[in-house]
Amino acid sequence: MSKIEVPLHAVAHGRAGDKGNRSNISVVPYHAEVWPYLLDQVTEARVLDIFRHKGATAVKRYELPGLMALNLVIDDALEGGVNGSLGIDGHGKTLSYLLLGELRVKVPADCLPEGSPWRGSGI
Amino acid sequence: MTTKKVYIGCGAGFAGDRFDAAGPVVRTLAQRDGPRYLIFEVLAERTLAIAQRLRRNAPQAGYSPYLDHYLEPVLAEAKKQGIRIVSNMGAANPEGAARRVLELAADQGIDGLRVALVAGDDLLAMHKAEEIRNLPTIEGITLADREIIAANAYLGARPVAEALELGADVVLVGRTTDAALTLGPLIHEFGWAEDDLDRLAQGTMAGHLLECGAQVSGAYFADPGFKDVPDLAEVGFPIAEIDEAGDIIITKAENTGGLVSRATVIEQALYEIHDPANYLTPDVVLDMSRLRVEEVGPDRVRVAGAAGRPPTSTLKATISIDGGWLGEGEITYAGPNALARAELAASVVRRRCQILGIQEPVRVDIIGTGSVHDNDMGSQRTGKELPADGEYRVRAAVRSSSREIAQRVSDEVLSLYCSGPAAGGGVRQYVTEQVSTASVLIGRDQVLPYVQVREVTS
Repeated sequence: MSKIEVPLHAVAHGRAGDKGNRSNISVVPYHAEVWPYLLDQVTEARVLDIFRHKGATAVKRYELPGLMALNLVIDDALEGGVNGSLGIDGHGKTLSYLLLGELRVKVPADCLPEGSPWRGSGI
Repeated sequence: MTTKKVYIGCGAGFAGDRFDAAGPVVRTLAQRDGPRYLIFEVLAERTLAIAQRLRRNAPQAGYSPYLDHYLEPVLAEAKKQGIRIVSNMGAANPEGAARRVLELAADQGIDGLRVALVAGDDLLAMHKAEEIRNLPTIEGITLADREIIAANAYLGARPVAEALELGADVVLVGRTTDAALTLGPLIHEFGWAEDDLDRLAQGTMAGHLLECGAQVSGAYFADPGFKDVPDLAEVGFPIAEIDEAGDIIITKAENTGGLVSRATVIEQALYEIHDPANYLTPDVVLDMSRLRVEEVGPDRVRVAGAAGRPPTSTLKATISIDGGWLGEGEITYAGPNALARAELAASVVRRRCQILGIQEPVRVDIIGTGSVHDNDMGSQRTGKELPADGEYRVRAAVRSSSREIAQRVSDEVLSLYCSGPAAGGGVRQYVTEQVSTASVLIGRDQVLPYVQVREVTS
């Protein structure tokens, strides 16, 4: 099966929440076949790299195999959060889409959701 | 034999939620048999601090300023149908909220409405500010020399259940866990004991899924082409159906937009969760690591498998302190060479702040370049390929203990109208008072929740 490299957004969805200066982002695949690839490629180290410019210091990944979901807890990702951030989104509500856009994964091409704009792109 | 089911609908998931969302929830609940409840969750940590300030200025105030907006449209119908209301609209003044609900009931000719208030969460009422100031905060923030605006412990579901035992039609609380608004009615209806840990965990799970309103029923979810949601403008607010074993069905109000699916429920299940096996509440430690979520019908999702462990010996409390001022100013550049003009404007604002001797860090964003995902230095913008033409918005921000400095930085954006690059437009300025929060743990014996009941008498 030929693999395709796509942003996480092409194969998974998620939501960001905040507590203080800590962000949590869920990652949920659209298709079950993607799950093992996410376990393999959505690693703590790769996620930390994406948030390092924000000041993030550590990432803890929790796995929920029953839900087929990951929960990523990112320390110091919010530039102080609503208490201290000078940014426009102190809660970091938009950060789920930073992760979904920046983290790229290699998955079998037929794992892409029906009608996905990434289908047949062959990159 | 059918097992008893409790129906709990949510009418608001935060202080700014739609005022008309509860109508379809009440109409749907009216068609169900069995105990029915309507909850409104409108009390964020900051909302409570602001309420405390309002109360300090006017002793009658300090409850949710939106109480009338949320309750006026549904109070009479809820009473008529026997749908009981549970809400944290009490905020910093549950007694004031109860008084206002009784006034509303009298105005609407609702007879015999019983209103209960749950209080005792306000630590400032029981402890000296100095004692609170000396508590170690979980975040490591020092509270010394800071004005304490509010200090509230998170109460659990038991006082809510107690208020319902007293026959209340409306229960108004201040600071409880959001999940307590749902778990309280379930404890009251099913008599779950303190060691019914798995059931308490399921009830807490139901509460967690309901507490953000439509975030579980298709809102905060839509991503066109990837996750499509029908009729978001009239998104239906959620209803949970819970049986004695703690089994949960999440559904939504009838004849509304939105959707309830495995995906919407999972996103909300993990919202603002850290370790999914250790979600601490005053009633139970919730473990959702073996949670099961399955679609059982159109807009019907079954949630099971939450496990519970005994709660910890301490309660979490939120301390709100004066957070100084946030000053912001924004201006837009559009059309040919807009990016270069925006970059020039940003550097002018930075230089002006230096000239004025502003000591506080000033952030200058260029909105349209991915600034929301960038940092204070704008380091991700450097070297990024961006369209030279188009539309960019410059935004400057500063935090200061001085209102004057916050205003001055904001004014530097305003002055770009006549003293900045060509064709800047659409200036907006915001100078807003801030509240900072910190968390502490206190012993359960330091908090004494109590319940009072009031009634409309004609």
